[in-house]
Amino acid sequence: MNNFFNKKTITIILGVLITYAVLFGLISANVINSYYKGIITFSLINIILAVSLNLIVGFTGQLCLGHAGFMSIGAYISALMSQKAGMPFVASIFIGAIVACIFAALIGYPTLKLTGDYFAITTLAFGEIIRIIIMNINVVGGARGFTGIPIKTTFTVAFIFMVISIIVIKNVINSSQGRAMLSVRENEIAAESMGINAFKYKMMAFIVAAFFAGLAGGLYAHYAGYIKPDSFDFNKSIDYLTFVVFGGMGSLSGSVIAATVLTFLPELLRGMGDFRMVIYPLALILLMIFRPEGLLGDKEVSLNIIKNILPDKKSKDRKEA
Amino acid sequence: MLDVQNLSIVFGGLKAVSDFNLTINEKEIVGLIGPNGAGKTTVFNMLTGVYTPTEGTISYLGEKIQGLKPYNITKKKIARTFQNIRLFSKLTVLDNVKVSFNYRINYSLFDSIFRTPKFRKTEAEIIEKSVELLKVFSLDTKKDELASNLPYGEQRKLEIVRALAAEPSLLLLDEPAAGMNPQETVELMELINWIKDKFHISILLIEHDMKLVMGICDKIAVLDYGKKIAEGTPEEIKNNPRVIEAYLGEGA
Repeated sequence: MNNFFNKKTITIILGVLITYAVLFGLISANVINSYYKGIITFSLINIILAVSLNLIVGFTGQLCLGHAGFMSIGAYISALMSQKAGMPFVASIFIGAIVACIFAALIGYPTLKLTGDYFAITTLAFGEIIRIIIMNINVVGGARGFTGIPIKTTFTVAFIFMVISIIVIKNVINSSQGRAMLSVRENEIAAESMGINAFKYKMMAFIVAAFFAGLAGGLYAHYAGYIKPDSFDFNKSIDYLTFVVFGGMGSLSGSVIAATVLTFLPELLRGMGDFRMVIYPLALILLMIFRPEGLLGDKEVSLNIIKNILPDKKSKDRKEA
Repeated sequence: MLDVQNLSIVFGGLKAVSDFNLTINEKEIVGLIGPNGAGKTTVFNMLTGVYTPTEGTISYLGEKIQGLKPYNITKKKIARTFQNIRLFSKLTVLDNVKVSFNYRINYSLFDSIFRTPKFRKTEAEIIEKSVELLKVFSLDTKKDELASNLPYGEQRKLEIVRALAAEPSLLLLDEPAAGMNPQETVELMELINWIKDKFHISILLIEHDMKLVMGICDKIAVLDYGKKIAEGTPEEIKNNPRVIEAYLGEGA
């Protein structure tokens, strides 16, 4: 663990680089057409959303139903910054993410002190309130949407941000702060009796999650070039929650896989016309029947698991970086 | 070191504990006994900040601690276990223990994100200390098991280890022998005595197993209907007519 360049780290770095090189090569060589390239980029953004939502829902155990609300704040603020204020792209999406954090702090402060469903209900309401407010602001186009956002989110940009998001969230989880979040999920009373300020760590998880949701929103705005309030409605929040549950609450690699699969699935099923509206939910129902804990449960994909494909083999990677 | 004065708590119209007094000295094992519903766990919950007492004071090492949040009371060096085991069941045995180090970590979220040398050093120390502690209780071979996969007796033990990892000077044990067979109870008695000497701490325990209570406690307080009806050495308690009537029964 002390050795940064141990075998495991190198394997991961190589894996990430190869994935990037292969995808980038295929895109450059036009093997992957621009339609699929768009979907790939979109799935990278969705991965950021799924992984960040998993931090608060899967790892800290606080049900958040307004993740799209934070995404919309990030999207609109960054679009304003880059288009109207002429700020550089990266700076504008960071400002969007920070504003999303501020909103998370404002909502979290009164609700995360309570136990029960208050947090879920408040975040749900927040997502809707944000949508209605944006709809009534003419500077950002109101219900017609915000057009003419410079398109800056390329495949490479999205890939870099996705990797950064995963590393940051993984590092948060594998730290004392992360263990505190997990202990709050497992048993709040016991955690508090062991010296954990549950409120503090719930806030921390929520704010970090909102930061990356805002970041993903900024990326999305500069990927689509056009955003409208309805792009971030309640259904979107539920979509992201589906990614988390599908992949497994408390599994980052599960979120990555689920976000990719569930972004592609509707597109791949497009050829089947209206039947895709049946097949997509059917896939979810089947998964919930046969693997109620999600694809990976709370395990992570690791070399151990791949070596011996026993589903309940103890994976030991949680404690290592 | 612990001095409880006139502690009372009211739930709605019910006075669950009234005018409870107790002192615990250094390196003392004190038992808290009484019939079910007498308010023993309520006293524990007030001492550890889960409930805020309606009246009375709790001073610990000269500081008033009543009304503090549970996590602040842990920082004042009081740790506890629970009547119904409350482990972090989906975490490994090692992680359960590591959680208790949280309130003493000296690195911030940024150190965690950027994996600074400070982070690495502290984490290595936490792992070393946790494993050391697990070794003392011969749980180190199971450190990578999920807590929920441990047998019952070891789960109880792990709860004690987790509490000790918070470096308390007063340890509160809520029915540590519940669900244990006589053989395990005897072992637990030895363990509790040994913990007291090894870690130089005081212990307050709730227990229904009279053999255990009478065997290891220096002092026993008896609660009935929220009131303390007796306090004294095991001998005095055994022969106290009020205690016999309320709790022990004839012939005990």
